[in-house]
Amino acid sequence: MAKKHLTLVMMDAPFENARTVSALRLIDAALRRGHDVTVFAYEGAVSLTFAKQAPHANAVHGRDAVQEDHPLPKDWIAALMGAAGRHGGQLEWINCGLCVDERGVGEAIPGAQRGSPADLWKAAEASDNTLVIGTR
Amino acid sequence: MKTLQIVTSAYRCNIEEQDDPVVWISQAMKAAGAELHLLLEGGAVNYAVRAQDASGLSFGGKAQTQPPRIEDDLRRLLDKGAEVYLVQDDAEARGLEHADMLEGVKGLSRAELPRFFGRFERIWRW
Repeated sequence: MAKKHLTLVMMDAPFENARTVSALRLIDAALRRGHDVTVFAYEGAVSLTFAKQAPHANAVHGRDAVQEDHPLPKDWIAALMGAAGRHGGQLEWINCGLCVDERGVGEAIPGAQRGSPADLWKAAEASDNTLVIGTR
Repeated sequence: MKTLQIVTSAYRCNIEEQDDPVVWISQAMKAAGAELHLLLEGGAVNYAVRAQDASGLSFGGKAQTQPPRIEDDLRRLLDKGAEVYLVQDDAEARGLEHADMLEGVKGLSRAELPRFFGRFERIWRW
Protein backbone atom coordinates (compact mmCIF):
# COMPACT_ATOMS: atom_id res chain seq x y z
CA MET A 1 0.00 0.00 0.00
CA ALA A 2 1.34 3.44 -0.92
CA LYS A 3 2.31 5.61 1.99
CA LYS A 4 -0.33 8.21 2.83
CA HIS A 5 -0.34 11.38 4.87
CA LEU A 6 -3.43 11.95 6.99
CA THR A 7 -4.32 14.99 9.05
CA LEU A 8 -6.68 14.83 12.00
CA VAL A 9 -8.14 17.74 13.92
CA MET A 10 -8.97 16.90 17.51
CA MET A 11 -10.94 19.23 19.72
CA ASP A 12 -12.11 17.46 22.86
CA ALA A 13 -10.38 17.77 26.20
CA PRO A 14 -8.95 14.59 27.74
CA PHE A 15 -11.09 12.37 29.98
CA GLU A 16 -14.33 13.65 28.44
CA ASN A 17 -15.65 11.26 25.84
CA ALA A 18 -15.04 8.34 23.52
CA ARG A 19 -14.26 10.52 20.50
CA THR A 20 -10.73 11.05 21.80
CA VAL A 21 -10.04 7.35 22.14
CA SER A 22 -11.61 6.71 18.73
CA ALA A 23 -9.27 9.30 17.22
CA LEU A 24 -6.26 7.66 18.88
CA ARG A 25 -7.42 4.28 17.52
CA LEU A 26 -7.52 5.75 14.01
CA ILE A 27 -4.07 7.27 14.45
CA ASP A 28 -2.72 3.97 15.79
CA ALA A 29 -4.15 2.05 12.83
CA ALA A 30 -2.67 4.50 10.33
CA LEU A 31 0.76 4.46 11.99
CA ARG A 32 0.81 0.65 12.12
CA ARG A 33 0.46 0.69 8.35
CA GLY A 34 3.42 3.05 8.03
CA HIS A 35 1.44 6.14 7.12
CA ASP A 36 2.33 9.65 8.29
CA VAL A 37 -0.13 11.42 10.53
CA THR A 38 -0.40 15.06 11.52
CA VAL A 39 -2.66 15.99 14.42
CA PHE A 40 -3.77 19.55 14.96
CA ALA A 41 -5.03 19.80 18.55
CA TYR A 42 -7.53 22.62 18.88
CA GLU A 43 -9.27 24.02 21.95
CA GLY A 44 -9.50 21.48 24.80
CA ALA A 45 -7.50 18.88 22.89
CA VAL A 46 -4.28 20.80 23.56
CA SER A 47 -4.42 19.34 27.07
CA LEU A 48 -3.98 15.85 25.64
CA THR A 49 -0.20 16.35 25.62
CA PHE A 50 0.05 18.28 28.89
CA ALA A 51 3.10 16.92 30.65
CA LYS A 52 1.72 17.30 34.18
CA GLN A 53 -1.08 14.77 33.82
CA ALA A 54 -0.77 12.40 36.78
CA PRO A 55 -2.15 8.98 37.60
CA HIS A 56 -4.08 8.42 40.80
CA ALA A 57 -5.28 5.65 43.06
CA ASN A 58 -8.91 4.62 42.84
CA ALA A 59 -10.57 3.73 46.11
CA VAL A 60 -13.81 2.76 44.40
CA HIS A 61 -11.89 0.19 42.37
CA GLY A 62 -10.02 -0.84 45.52
CA ARG A 63 -6.66 -0.24 43.83
CA ASP A 64 -3.65 1.91 44.66
CA ALA A 65 -2.03 4.10 42.01
CA VAL A 66 0.30 1.35 40.81
CA GLN A 67 -2.45 -1.25 40.60
CA GLU A 68 -4.82 1.18 38.93
CA ASP A 69 -2.20 1.93 36.26
CA HIS A 70 -4.36 4.79 35.06
CA PRO A 71 -3.82 5.47 31.35
CA LEU A 72 -2.90 9.05 30.58
CA PRO A 73 -3.44 10.55 27.13
CA LYS A 74 0.03 12.11 27.15
CA ASP A 75 1.55 8.64 27.60
CA TRP A 76 -0.58 7.13 24.84
CA ILE A 77 0.46 9.95 22.51
CA ALA A 78 4.14 9.55 23.42
CA ALA A 79 3.78 5.83 22.73
CA LEU A 80 2.16 6.54 19.37
CA MET A 81 5.04 8.87 18.49
CA GLY A 82 7.48 6.05 19.28
CA ALA A 83 5.42 3.51 17.34
CA ALA A 84 5.37 5.78 14.29
CA GLY A 85 9.13 5.57 13.94
CA ARG A 86 9.14 1.80 14.34
CA HIS A 87 6.67 1.45 11.48
CA GLY A 88 8.47 3.86 9.16
CA GLY A 89 6.09 6.75 9.53
CA GLN A 90 5.82 9.79 11.70
CA LEU A 91 3.33 11.39 14.01
CA GLU A 92 3.49 15.16 13.99
CA TRP A 93 1.53 16.71 16.84
CA ILE A 94 0.72 20.43 16.65
CA ASN A 95 -1.04 22.20 19.50
CA CYS A 96 -2.91 25.44 18.79
CA GLY A 97 -0.67 27.91 20.61
CA LEU A 98 -3.38 30.35 21.66
CA CYS A 99 -5.47 27.46 23.01
CA VAL A 100 -2.44 26.31 25.01
CA ASP A 101 -1.97 29.77 26.52
CA GLU A 102 -5.65 30.08 27.47
CA ARG A 103 -5.45 26.86 29.41
CA GLY A 104 -1.98 27.25 30.85
CA VAL A 105 -0.88 23.90 29.49
CA GLY A 106 2.37 25.02 27.91
CA GLU A 107 4.36 22.19 29.42
CA ALA A 108 3.86 19.56 26.77
CA ILE A 109 5.54 16.20 26.27
CA PRO A 110 8.56 16.10 23.93
CA GLY A 111 7.48 16.03 20.31
CA ALA A 112 4.35 18.11 20.77
CA GLN A 113 4.85 21.39 18.95
CA ARG A 114 3.17 24.74 19.17
CA GLY A 115 1.48 26.02 16.02
CA SER A 116 -1.32 28.01 14.45
CA PRO A 117 -4.28 27.53 12.09
CA ALA A 118 -1.88 28.28 9.24
CA ASP A 119 -0.02 25.08 10.16
CA LEU A 120 -3.29 23.15 10.02
CA TRP A 121 -4.02 24.47 6.55
CA LYS A 122 -0.47 23.68 5.42
CA ALA A 123 -0.74 20.13 6.76
CA ALA A 124 -4.17 19.65 5.19
CA GLU A 125 -2.87 20.78 1.81
CA ALA A 126 0.01 18.31 2.06
CA SER A 127 -2.24 15.46 3.18
CA ASP A 128 -4.20 12.89 1.25
CA ASN A 129 -7.15 13.62 3.47
CA THR A 130 -8.18 15.43 6.63
CA LEU A 131 -10.65 14.35 9.29
CA VAL A 132 -12.14 16.86 11.72
CA ILE A 133 -13.36 15.39 15.01
CA GLY A 134 -15.16 18.32 16.53
CA THR A 135 -16.64 18.75 19.97
CA ARG A 136 -20.38 18.04 20.21
CA MET B 1 -8.08 22.94 -2.19
CA LYS B 2 -11.66 24.15 -2.00
CA THR B 3 -12.93 23.23 1.44
CA LEU B 4 -16.35 23.48 3.05
CA GLN B 5 -16.53 24.00 6.78
CA ILE B 6 -19.83 22.74 8.18
CA VAL B 7 -20.65 24.32 11.52
CA THR B 8 -23.02 22.02 13.38
CA SER B 9 -22.29 22.58 17.07
CA ALA B 10 -23.14 26.17 17.87
CA TYR B 11 -22.86 28.35 20.96
CA ARG B 12 -20.43 25.90 22.53
CA CYS B 13 -17.75 28.08 24.15
CA ASN B 14 -18.55 31.41 22.55
CA ILE B 15 -18.64 33.40 25.74
CA GLU B 16 -15.25 32.19 26.96
CA GLU B 17 -13.61 32.50 23.55
CA GLN B 18 -15.53 35.64 22.59
CA ASP B 19 -16.16 34.06 19.20
CA ASP B 20 -17.07 30.72 17.67
CA PRO B 21 -13.93 28.55 17.32
CA VAL B 22 -14.88 27.25 13.86
CA VAL B 23 -15.67 30.69 12.51
CA TRP B 24 -12.47 31.95 14.14
CA ILE B 25 -10.23 29.24 12.69
CA SER B 26 -11.85 29.78 9.30
CA GLN B 27 -10.85 33.44 9.45
CA ALA B 28 -7.32 32.53 10.55
CA MET B 29 -6.88 29.94 7.79
CA LYS B 30 -8.39 32.30 5.24
CA ALA B 31 -5.70 34.80 6.20
CA ALA B 32 -3.15 32.02 5.54
CA GLY B 33 -4.45 31.61 2.00
CA ALA B 34 -7.08 28.91 2.49
CA GLU B 35 -10.02 28.64 0.13
CA LEU B 36 -12.76 28.07 2.67
CA HIS B 37 -16.50 28.41 2.67
CA LEU B 38 -19.00 27.91 5.48
CA LEU B 39 -22.27 26.04 5.84
CA LEU B 40 -24.31 26.67 8.97
CA GLU B 41 -26.39 23.68 9.98
CA GLY B 42 -28.79 22.92 12.84
CA GLY B 43 -28.59 25.43 15.69
CA ALA B 44 -25.69 27.16 13.95
CA VAL B 45 -28.10 28.78 11.48
CA ASN B 46 -28.74 31.25 14.27
CA TYR B 47 -25.22 32.61 13.76
CA ALA B 48 -26.52 34.39 10.65
CA VAL B 49 -29.22 36.28 12.55
CA ARG B 50 -28.63 40.02 12.53
CA ALA B 51 -28.43 42.16 15.66
CA GLN B 52 -27.47 39.48 18.16
CA ASP B 53 -26.29 40.94 21.43
CA ALA B 54 -24.36 38.88 23.95
CA SER B 55 -23.12 41.84 25.96
CA GLY B 56 -23.73 42.50 29.63
CA LEU B 57 -22.25 39.42 31.25
CA SER B 58 -20.67 39.99 34.64
CA PHE B 59 -19.60 37.55 37.34
CA GLY B 60 -18.88 38.96 40.78
CA GLY B 61 -18.42 42.39 39.26
CA LYS B 62 -15.94 41.13 36.65
CA ALA B 63 -17.55 42.26 33.42
CA GLN B 64 -16.98 40.87 29.93
CA THR B 65 -15.97 43.79 27.75
CA GLN B 66 -15.63 41.97 24.42
CA PRO B 67 -18.60 39.64 24.05
CA PRO B 68 -18.82 37.41 20.97
CA ARG B 69 -20.04 39.17 17.83
CA ILE B 70 -20.61 36.26 15.48
CA GLU B 71 -22.50 38.39 13.00
CA ASP B 72 -19.45 40.64 12.60
CA ASP B 73 -17.16 37.62 12.28
CA LEU B 74 -19.35 36.19 9.51
CA ARG B 75 -19.43 39.55 7.78
CA ARG B 76 -15.62 39.67 7.86
CA LEU B 77 -15.49 36.21 6.29
CA LEU B 78 -17.89 37.34 3.57
CA ASP B 79 -15.74 40.43 2.98
CA LYS B 80 -12.68 38.18 2.55
CA GLY B 81 -14.42 36.27 -0.21
CA ALA B 82 -15.78 33.30 1.69
CA GLU B 83 -19.27 32.14 0.82
CA VAL B 84 -21.56 31.53 3.79
CA TYR B 85 -24.56 29.24 3.44
CA LEU B 86 -27.19 27.98 5.83
CA VAL B 87 -29.59 25.07 5.73
CA GLN B 88 -32.89 26.75 5.00
CA ASP B 89 -34.93 23.91 6.52
CA ASP B 90 -33.12 24.38 9.84
CA ALA B 91 -33.73 28.12 9.76
CA GLU B 92 -37.44 27.64 9.04
CA ALA B 93 -37.74 25.06 11.81
CA ARG B 94 -36.52 27.78 14.18
CA GLY B 95 -38.91 30.41 12.86
CA LEU B 96 -36.12 32.41 11.24
CA GLU B 97 -36.99 34.32 8.12
CA HIS B 98 -34.77 35.63 5.35
CA ALA B 99 -35.27 39.19 6.60
CA ASP B 100 -33.72 38.20 9.95
CA MET B 101 -30.50 37.11 8.30
CA LEU B 102 -27.21 38.76 7.56
CA GLU B 103 -27.00 40.01 4.00
CA GLY B 104 -24.91 37.79 1.75
CA VAL B 105 -25.70 34.53 3.53
CA LYS B 106 -27.33 32.10 1.10
CA GLY B 107 -29.96 29.52 1.96
CA LEU B 108 -29.88 25.94 0.71
CA SER B 109 -32.54 23.29 1.17
CA ARG B 110 -31.42 20.01 2.71
CA ALA B 111 -32.34 18.32 -0.57
CA GLU B 112 -29.79 20.48 -2.40
CA LEU B 113 -26.91 19.50 -0.14
CA PRO B 114 -25.60 16.38 -1.96
CA ARG B 115 -25.16 18.30 -5.22
CA PHE B 116 -23.74 21.28 -3.29
CA PHE B 117 -21.16 19.06 -1.56
CA GLY B 118 -19.94 17.98 -4.99
CA ARG B 119 -18.50 21.47 -5.48
CA PHE B 120 -15.88 20.93 -2.78
CA GLU B 121 -12.68 18.94 -2.67
CA ARG B 122 -12.85 18.53 1.09
CA ILE B 123 -15.61 18.82 3.64
CA TRP B 124 -14.84 19.31 7.30
CA ARG B 125 -17.75 18.89 9.69
CA TRP B 126 -17.34 20.49 13.08
